[in-house]
Amino acid sequence: MWELAGRADISIAFPPFSKVAVAFVSMLFNGEFTAAYADSLPPLLIGLCITIIGGVIIGVSIGLVRSTEWFIMPLLIIFQTAPVSALIPMLTYIYGISDTAKVVAIVILGMPLVALNSYKGIQATSPSLLEMAKSFRASWFDTILFVILPSAQKMIFAGLRLGVSGAFIGIVLAELLITPTGIGDLITYNRFVAHYDKMFATIVSILAVAGLTLGGMSKLEDLLFPSEKNE
Amino acid sequence: MDDIILKTEDVGVIYDRSIVALENVSLNVPTGKLTAILGPSGCGKTTLLKVIAGLIEPSSGTVKIRDKETIGPGPDRALVFQDFALLPWATVLQNVAFGLRAQGVSKREREKTSLTYIKEVGLSGFEDKYPHQLSGGMRQRTGLARALTVNSEILLMDEPFSAVDEQMRRKLQEDLLELLKIENKTVIFVTHSIEEAVYLADQVVILSGRPGSIAEIVYPEIDRLGEIDLIRRQPRYVELVDEIWSSLKSYVE
Repeated sequence: MWELAGRADISIAFPPFSKVAVAFVSMLFNGEFTAAYADSLPPLLIGLCITIIGGVIIGVSIGLVRSTEWFIMPLLIIFQTAPVSALIPMLTYIYGISDTAKVVAIVILGMPLVALNSYKGIQATSPSLLEMAKSFRASWFDTILFVILPSAQKMIFAGLRLGVSGAFIGIVLAELLITPTGIGDLITYNRFVAHYDKMFATIVSILAVAGLTLGGMSKLEDLLFPSEKNE
Repeated sequence: MDDIILKTEDVGVIYDRSIVALENVSLNVPTGKLTAILGPSGCGKTTLLKVIAGLIEPSSGTVKIRDKETIGPGPDRALVFQDFALLPWATVLQNVAFGLRAQGVSKREREKTSLTYIKEVGLSGFEDKYPHQLSGGMRQRTGLARALTVNSEILLMDEPFSAVDEQMRRKLQEDLLELLKIENKTVIFVTHSIEEAVYLADQVVILSGRPGSIAEIVYPEIDRLGEIDLIRRQPRYVELVDEIWSSLKSYVE
């Protein structure tokens, strides 16, 4: 499909698949990808760690301790619905053109999703299971460990997948809008110099990295919680 | 006079400041006997059981075990749930062992105890199955085994057989009676089935609806020493079912 559409001469900005594939391979070996990812991956990884760990901790704690709910929930919902690209110039203003700005953009895009889903997962714990734990006088800690967390596990992982996608959007947005480095720069630069095959190759590469990361997470989930597979 | 293990004194429960779920419930539960709490739906029978279990705090009155007031769940009572309340991600063995785990019993010890009760309720061979792989009847056997492991004197059952089909219910009822011949327990169970109450119980407490209060207490005095499947043919059984139905009728619209 793509090959046909590209060959059909609709626009020079839309190269056929074969050309993109060639560009992809050449960029993979001539160091262009390596250089770009060397710039993009460190802030992405830091951002992902903060997103995942912070998001789960925030989500789980507001799920467990109701008194924090009124304070954190509105913030999360605002961040989840806000047009984040509008916030990005503000980030540039605060953090300058730096890796910190990238990390913050990732966290803003990813963390609310992780936190909200973790929270919802905790909230969705069956009241009857909680009552059961209480009737057997399970401690608060045991109830969380053996009842609440396993029951929220699916939602938490769904949130992590959404959060990781959000983080990828964050890094590309930040590099497109704030700091012309890394992957974002590779995309912008190739567009300016009309190397559309290279631009698409870069986009394909980031999609592939994101896809592989998400696939790896699903595998990890199956590995960690094999019993869920039986359902 | 029977030895009374548990009693409720003037228990009342009010929800949301205005909805009276239970009113002045004073009930004596004799040791080693089976007490059924019977009533139409919405009469507060499950609420009463949960008050006894310590899961709901009564708005007035007290629950006493051996004349000592009790608040909250205790080691002397174990609950079997209407919806089984099994952990879906845990195997039969892990589910049965949950109560012991919550009490901090070592893994080896709790698995040994659990296996004994899994065998006793007839689930041998299913230890490593997950709840979704089991029939309703087997799930409730798992719930029953879990309640038995903690070795409490009082077994509380909340409509334990209402979520399984009729044939399975009969089988479970018969098995429960067989089991109680081995295990010396005091059982309080909630049911909406007159047949079940008469079949199983030594004492049938009939609740009237809204607000729930004790309307009548019936003592079936059915001979359960002989063949269990003959119980349903005893004239006394048939008579009682009719009698309770005529008195319950007035509470059912």
